[in-house]
Amino acid sequence: MHKQAKLVINPRILACLTAFLLGISNQTLADTKHTAATEHDDIDMNFRVITDTKPSIRDDGESTADHSKFEVLEGPFEHGPEVTRACLSCHTEAGRHFMKSVHWTWEYVNPETGQILGKKHLINTFCTNARGNEGMCAQCHAGYGWKDQHYDFSNQDNIDCLVCHDRTGTYYKTPNSMGNKACSVMFEGKQPIQWAKVAQSVGKPGRENCGSCHFYGGGGDGVKHGDLDSSLKSPNRQLDVHMDAGGLNFACTTCHVTKQHLWAGSHYNVMAHDTEGLGLPGERRDVATCESCHGDTPHKKTELVGIKLNGHVDKIACQTCHIPTIARGGVATMVDWDWRTAGRTKDGEGFKEKNYTQGNGDHRATYKSIKGNFEYDENLIPHYGWFDGQMRYTTIDTRFDPSTGPVEINGFKGSQDDGTSRIWPFKRMHTVQPYDKGNNTMVYMHLWGDDDDAYWGNYDFARAIRVGMANNNIPYSGKYDFVETYSYWPITHMVAPGEDALGCAECHSRDGRLDDLKGFYIPGRDSFRWLDILGYFAMGGALVGVLFHGLLRKLIGKKNRQRSAS
Amino acid sequence: MSSNTSSVTNASIKRRGEKHYVMLYTRYERFWHWSQALLIFTLFYTGLGLHGLHDWLDFSTAVVVHSYAALALILLWIFTTFWNFTTGQWRQYLFKEGVMKVIRFYAYGILVGEPHPYKKGLQRKQNALQSLAYMSFMLLIGPTLWASGIIYLLYDLWSGYSWSGLGLTLIAFAHTAAAYLMGTFVIIHVYMTTTGKTPTHYIKTMITGYDNIELTEAEVAYIEETHAVSMKD
Repeated sequence: MHKQAKLVINPRILACLTAFLLGISNQTLADTKHTAATEHDDIDMNFRVITDTKPSIRDDGESTADHSKFEVLEGPFEHGPEVTRACLSCHTEAGRHFMKSVHWTWEYVNPETGQILGKKHLINTFCTNARGNEGMCAQCHAGYGWKDQHYDFSNQDNIDCLVCHDRTGTYYKTPNSMGNKACSVMFEGKQPIQWAKVAQSVGKPGRENCGSCHFYGGGGDGVKHGDLDSSLKSPNRQLDVHMDAGGLNFACTTCHVTKQHLWAGSHYNVMAHDTEGLGLPGERRDVATCESCHGDTPHKKTELVGIKLNGHVDKIACQTCHIPTIARGGVATMVDWDWRTAGRTKDGEGFKEKNYTQGNGDHRATYKSIKGNFEYDENLIPHYGWFDGQMRYTTIDTRFDPSTGPVEINGFKGSQDDGTSRIWPFKRMHTVQPYDKGNNTMVYMHLWGDDDDAYWGNYDFARAIRVGMANNNIPYSGKYDFVETYSYWPITHMVAPGEDALGCAECHSRDGRLDDLKGFYIPGRDSFRWLDILGYFAMGGALVGVLFHGLLRKLIGKKNRQRSAS
Repeated sequence: MSSNTSSVTNASIKRRGEKHYVMLYTRYERFWHWSQALLIFTLFYTGLGLHGLHDWLDFSTAVVVHSYAALALILLWIFTTFWNFTTGQWRQYLFKEGVMKVIRFYAYGILVGEPHPYKKGLQRKQNALQSLAYMSFMLLIGPTLWASGIIYLLYDLWSGYSWSGLGLTLIAFAHTAAAYLMGTFVIIHVYMTTTGKTPTHYIKTMITGYDNIELTEAEVAYIEETHAVSMKD
């Protein structure tokens, strides 16, 4: 109730100010506001509707510094970079450290494959590419004002300290550039940021700080990952035994330990099998693995079942058994996206259909003119595969054969006999998205912008692709079509309590969870067909044989007795 | 010498070839037999479940029961091997002449009321076919099962090798194959227990340990003298 009221009582002045800034009419904004007020829980085009703005509690004690006592943080501040300057006046090396983080660079060179990865470059299976659409996408860049390729990555003032360190829950980010009318609904009235208050309330990140981007990857709550969504802001024990708000209440950084603003747990280069296990107390700052706390023989060594389970850790990732299903916090995850149907209009206007109601009662869009059709799922059994930690990306310059089935945009490497891979759970996303039909490559689309070329405005794939490719000097044949793609997201959050972990028979049975993984023997799942047939014949034959023999004994013996009697 | 003379003149002594109720299967043999039977049934039942042929027992419980029963059986076999060699009973399992005669008897003779071609004796507890069957049980089926089972139980020691996947497959194959042979053995074995004088005669024998067998005078004399074997009459 409290949250709802807050939205409704947004000052009218603010609405006008917002309208003025956006250059849209009062009428439109009033309509927008009305929609937002009546469907406040609706996860809509404004993909980060955060109704619960209370910060989560971090229980790691009082900091040695009370930031409200620092003169430099008293302000007044006009905008973010001024706050950053104040932060860096004490934390003199933080900027240098942070600029090495992927949160800043959006770029990662895989040391083993040499591939240049990172959001700055990658194709994805959701809105397909951040590149060229930074005005929208870089809302999740931990910096201020990245809207095109002219962004200054060397200016420390551009770092956004607050998105991660605000502990009031009131800080927010908006798109760095304006979109078309089709996107105007995004700019719902919000309280202006009280820079000084926020600056004085900084602390170590809570789940909602990381979550403000990572919960909403792919364009909405839970869309991308399946194991990361807003339900993890204050989860119960069943949803996540570690983040359980009433229990262990882990922050993200409890596991994703940092060293000079670099976080453990990269998904560009996953540690799929940690054989080192426990370090000395406080020693390991390099991994976010389960083993780094639980060791590599985590089950009871004094019980047979525990010993047998410890015998699994060489081939089975912890997550495979301990995350029985994903998207189980009442928020759905997207499993299918079909771009082919995008661009339909009603009376010349874009529209939405919301035919999916998720566990927490919110309605999710199943069609949007700007994006196409969607399908969602909840309590979803993950996809399982052998994983050695290497993701293999289809980048903008990767050529593929569209006739050989879905293109794996971020496939993963591993096999049952390479000695390092383990069976991991993944969320698999299926998408039908545009590609360059002539060159057999993926495409960059120009989606976002207030220009006539942006798809989110003109609904013209041909033009959006042509401009998206040209802006980045990527060769384009001029012909596009649609191709099926898969993307895979290793699952590691929403760890259930031990008692909810998978039972043996989930895999050790016919038609079990690992039915699709072939080429190795699982007791209870596999058998030797001919051996079984021979075995049945031997035992069945023996049974029939002895029964027949017994019958003969009875019949002939009776005859003999009768004969001897007579 | 005097005792010998007295025993010959003893009126209670039957003549050569007469039958006596003697303890043929000692207490340890019977303990071995019946505990082994119980363990094998347990292993077979849980094993079929683990193989995916029934799910009347939770997989985890089946694993625990199967593992402990296997360990118990291996322990029993270690004791029994020791017992077999210290008591010399291992000779019972050596190959004997006349296997074909016994096979002929069960295939034909038994139906027409012929006598069993093999006379049970104090030192000849098993007929030739039995010896052959038990020998293959103890040297082929049993060892295949416990060897593959132990290797499987110790999976953690070799799971790191690149051949561990193939290794597990081969182990599973050997274990399953031997289990089917064991099942076949048990079915025939149980049936054969009904082929005595009465259908339950052999089973009673295996429970009480006593059977009515022909003894030589010397055997009788020896038993009378030493009481080495319990005799009821």
